[in-house]
Amino acid sequence: MNTVTLTVKKVPDLYLECENVNPDAFAGKTAEQIAQLKAFQGKEITPLGEYFTITGQAGATAADTKVVVNGDCSKMKYLGAKMTAGEMVVNSDADMYTGSWMSGGKLLVKGSVHSFCALAMKGGEFTIEGNAGNYLGAAYRGDWRGMSGGVLRVKGNAGSDVASFMIGGEMIIEGNVDIHLGTHMEGGKIILKGNANRRVGGQLVKGEIYVFGKINVMMPGYKPVRDVDLEVDGTKAKFTEYIGDLGERHPKRKGEIVYGKLYMKK
Amino acid sequence: MSEYLIKNGHVFDPVQGIKGDKKDIAVKDDKIVDKVSSSAKVIDAKGKTIMAGALEIHAHVAGPKVNAGRWYRPEDKHFDSHKTPGITRIEGGKSIPTVFKTGYEYARMGYTFAMEAAMPPLYARHVHEEIHDTPIIDEAALPVLGNNWFIMEYLKNREVENTAAYIAWLMRQTKGYGIKVVNPGGTEAWAWGLNCLTIHDPVPYFDITPAEIMTGLMEVNEYLGLPHSMHVHQNNLGNPGNFEVTLDTLKLAEGVKPKNNFGRTQVMHSTHLQFHSYGGTNWGDFHSKAKEVMEYVNKQKNITIDTGNVTLDETTTMTADGPFEHHLHGLNHLKWFNVDVELETAAGVVPYIYDPNIKVCAIQWCIGLELALYAKDPMRCFITTDHPNAGPFFRYPRVVSWLMSKKTRDQRLNTFKNADKVINATTLAEIDREITLYELAQMTRAGPAQALGLIKDYGGLKPGMNADIAIYNINPDKFPSDGAEIEKAYGNVAYLFKDGKICVQDGKIVDMGNKHTFWVDVKVKENKQVMHDIREKFLRYYSVNENNYPVPESYAPHQHIIALDATQA
Amino acid sequence: MPKEVTDVICPFCGTLCDDLIITVSDDNKTILGVKNACAIGAEKFNHQRLPGRVKRPRMRQADGTYKEVSYDEAIDWTAKMLVKSRKTLMYGWASTSCQAMSIGHEIAEKIGGIVDNCATVCHGSSLIAIEDVGVPSCTLGEVKNRADRVIFWGCNPAHAHPRHMSRYSIFPRGFFTVKGHKGRKIYCVDCRYTDTAKCADTFIQVQQGYDYELLDAFRTAARGEVLPDTVGGVPKEKIYEIVKELKSGRFGIIFFGMGLTHTMGRNHNIDEAITFTRDMNDYTKFSIMAMRGHWNVTGSGQVLGWQYGFPYAVDLSRRDQARHQTGETTSVDLLNRNEVDACFYIATDPGAHFPVDAMISSSKKPTVTIDPHINCTTEISDLHIPVAMVGVEVGGCAYRMDNVPIETRKVVDPQEGMLTDEEVLTRINKRVDELMAVGGA
Repeated sequence: MNTVTLTVKKVPDLYLECENVNPDAFAGKTAEQIAQLKAFQGKEITPLGEYFTITGQAGATAADTKVVVNGDCSKMKYLGAKMTAGEMVVNSDADMYTGSWMSGGKLLVKGSVHSFCALAMKGGEFTIEGNAGNYLGAAYRGDWRGMSGGVLRVKGNAGSDVASFMIGGEMIIEGNVDIHLGTHMEGGKIILKGNANRRVGGQLVKGEIYVFGKINVMMPGYKPVRDVDLEVDGTKAKFTEYIGDLGERHPKRKGEIVYGKLYMKK
Repeated sequence: MSEYLIKNGHVFDPVQGIKGDKKDIAVKDDKIVDKVSSSAKVIDAKGKTIMAGALEIHAHVAGPKVNAGRWYRPEDKHFDSHKTPGITRIEGGKSIPTVFKTGYEYARMGYTFAMEAAMPPLYARHVHEEIHDTPIIDEAALPVLGNNWFIMEYLKNREVENTAAYIAWLMRQTKGYGIKVVNPGGTEAWAWGLNCLTIHDPVPYFDITPAEIMTGLMEVNEYLGLPHSMHVHQNNLGNPGNFEVTLDTLKLAEGVKPKNNFGRTQVMHSTHLQFHSYGGTNWGDFHSKAKEVMEYVNKQKNITIDTGNVTLDETTTMTADGPFEHHLHGLNHLKWFNVDVELETAAGVVPYIYDPNIKVCAIQWCIGLELALYAKDPMRCFITTDHPNAGPFFRYPRVVSWLMSKKTRDQRLNTFKNADKVINATTLAEIDREITLYELAQMTRAGPAQALGLIKDYGGLKPGMNADIAIYNINPDKFPSDGAEIEKAYGNVAYLFKDGKICVQDGKIVDMGNKHTFWVDVKVKENKQVMHDIREKFLRYYSVNENNYPVPESYAPHQHIIALDATQA
Repeated sequence: MPKEVTDVICPFCGTLCDDLIITVSDDNKTILGVKNACAIGAEKFNHQRLPGRVKRPRMRQADGTYKEVSYDEAIDWTAKMLVKSRKTLMYGWASTSCQAMSIGHEIAEKIGGIVDNCATVCHGSSLIAIEDVGVPSCTLGEVKNRADRVIFWGCNPAHAHPRHMSRYSIFPRGFFTVKGHKGRKIYCVDCRYTDTAKCADTFIQVQQGYDYELLDAFRTAARGEVLPDTVGGVPKEKIYEIVKELKSGRFGIIFFGMGLTHTMGRNHNIDEAITFTRDMNDYTKFSIMAMRGHWNVTGSGQVLGWQYGFPYAVDLSRRDQARHQTGETTSVDLLNRNEVDACFYIATDPGAHFPVDAMISSSKKPTVTIDPHINCTTEISDLHIPVAMVGVEVGGCAYRMDNVPIETRKVVDPQEGMLTDEEVLTRINKRVDELMAVGGA
């Protein structure tokens, strides 16, 4: 695997749109060619080379390419967005849209990310060592198709509107979340190791949410049905199984209603 | 003064009966003329196909439900909004284009006119604001009248003259073009959550049937002598087995004679017939009845139709058939927008994905094509997608490639996931016919122009007609065998002349031209009863004042008014 | 002799009453009286004649005072600012005409602006919800003629839309509602007992911040499922009873406002209200409508909709595409994150309504404000350009809360030499073209 290393040499005044910083955009290019790729701040278009020192060389394809980004990326948007293969490591905080629409490969952020990250994730692995903002792994505005595949792990906390409209894939949040986790969910699996403030699984059609910590206020549309012993993300424990959201529609399979499931660790 | 001489092209003009002969076309200012001077600019159209600018007879491109569809679907613009270098504005919208994209895309395909299919009168101002902002193409709008309180009350008592006076007044207030009927009676029933699924179901309270509404409006249309006929989206759209309601509706035209000075020969235009040609009793035994429906259409000469071809895309459905949209939402659970409009109509919007892997969608695709391929008279059968309901209008080149190349459509048909089930439920596989360029000109130019009452000036290339001319990179002598090539050539004109000005060259917009808003101004005898009823209803039931209802002149800075005197009717 | 102008449209709130009668002086310069308007609308017309109207543009000086400059100078300064800035916030629009907005958008597309309107701090939450789940709605005349179950949820029309209840929602006798309010059941759901609640048959006090949970409970009850004993302070028996009563109606309508848009969850509250309305359509006819505040914020949403495909927060800063993401391209977020380098405000007063931090950020950037009056925003702008009052001194199209378009009228002449929004924007557009032709400011 070939590695391209970027080091921030200038922090943008506003925010830099880095939709060309990912293994797919770099594939088949030399460092000089990569430095000529465009970055955007409103109507100002600048070559990447003005903001980053670039060394190394990309592989022939995205799958053969590893991208490492060093320096303060807290004002860089779209890092790793739309990547289909390969690897990328960001050694700092990053801004919005990090890893959004990714469908393959491995993305690691050794810091925190802002909002709208991992939007509509289709595949691959995305790990955030710090915290995430709002709308993590959600759908784009208006779209009913949110995260559909891959594995997303946040070691810290995440904000609100996490996993909205999720339809597949797996999301693990090791810290806490605020409000509105898994709203309008229609598939997939969420594991919350910490606590949630309120509104977990609101208007959920289908899917599974596992909560290890506490929820301050339960949705009224969830009713407990039984206790089960499960192993979740390496932990064996007893969980109370709730079905819901009873205010929402649910699919039927062989005449039986398939409810969403919320598991609260006892 | 500007002059052009288009030389050496293959002309397809049903108005003059020219079927591909090489003929020169002379343009002076905004008209086609017999000849021009030697200083005319020469356009070499060698090896190219020349037709008049096409006319879109039914699309949802301007108005409140179209716009609701736009802004409630940000995802429809996602990764799609773009700007081509040049004089164009930002364009966007995969199924519901923004107004700028609408104008440009029609022009790029060689269209010079579009009819907004459904204008709710109370929202007419909005329709005209959008028409005003849509570049290049001429446009008109049809006010929806089939669920209107005034009309239902008058027609219940068979008051043709009063209905006519009201409609003439309304067309002037809204700058409307003709009489549109959507789910007659059923959309008023929808204001109570109900519907009219056959033509004999009475409307709650108003106690009139869809059949009586349609019969009455056909009578009024001919009484006024309007350029277009009654344009109907019939009851029970989209349900298996609805072809019977369709035949019942079409039969209402029997014995009705067209009466007008515009060359129009039909008394009923039945729109997006694909959605109304369904057999079966449920989605399991759902099958095509296109053959049966077209058998009737072919022999009933006073009817015109348009196809409503499915394009197999993710699109957005939108219609004044409010109850249908609620029903569709119940099937696919996608976001549902609805608005009921006081005294007049309703509208609904629901996204829909025509997935080729789903048997029903593939059958719908077949039905649309069958309708066109069974048409004996291409002057009475027009190609549409009921944009955006069955697909976006910028898929016309693809639809055309399916109609003109059996190989291309068979390839699509045979690669469906449930191909054998689809073939068993339809007759498309048996059809060898390929639409010719001349028939295409009939179905997209001369035919719609005649149905709209515009054939004197539009839809043809006869000297004296308007210089709306499309030149395609299609050589009739070396007609492309590849569907993708047909699609590319038909979707990017070599030249588009609009009113004698070159607006598109090599598929690129080079001039915005002069668009016009077409509407029909009918003079009728003074009718005190109707004016009194209007005053009454505005005072008591409408939520706006009568004096704030009409659309002012400023909304249509360039009007093409068809003035008509029906005082002697 | 003074004359009366009839059928005048009130340019204040989303009710957009169009039956005002304004008495105007003989010389067409002064408004003398207003009939049929509520107190707020009357004040909008009456203050036209008050002394102290700003007559010419004002430019901020180094010492903080303002000096009068000509329109030409102001337009030149503005155009230079727009051409130079990489990303300009162009916010407001809710109190001007659609015709003016269209010109503003042309400018934004050329110079790389982000066009946002007052929904961003108001019913934007509702727009987000509609983007997610759609909305079953109707025109206000349908409510007048058919509604027999009317719910005011988290809104207080008695104060914010004073003539709404008499023109449309509670009192009118319509075609199928000849008994007026006696034939309707009126409900008010709020965290406090408001003046609107006084007009209701049933008042439901919801614990503040629990509207989403309560609406979820309504939906659960409608499906006949089990509920906890209380939700949001409301006992389950009450919830079942109300849902049953709503199902027994012929035509239900929910009006909602800031109680849903601005409490915990925001768009989710409206989303749940919309999905409840949608569910109810399986039993009877039900609609829902946002009580839009400004008289033309809806219009801005419509024009942005047909030109770019989004209702607000439209990012044109890349100039070759239109993008929309509430939370990123919305005014308050752009200001809080310092993501723009110039501000252009028109027909609005963010200084009075935006969070303080956002305005502190705004005050540090070159700013132009176009408004008939001195307000909180003009006093932290570099340049204030006065214009005629739309709907009073110049006409233009507006959209009511139910999206019905009505053309506002010119009732009196504007002040001597005063330009309109359309004229100022047209001139800015032209000056921008001139500057860009020679390569910038």
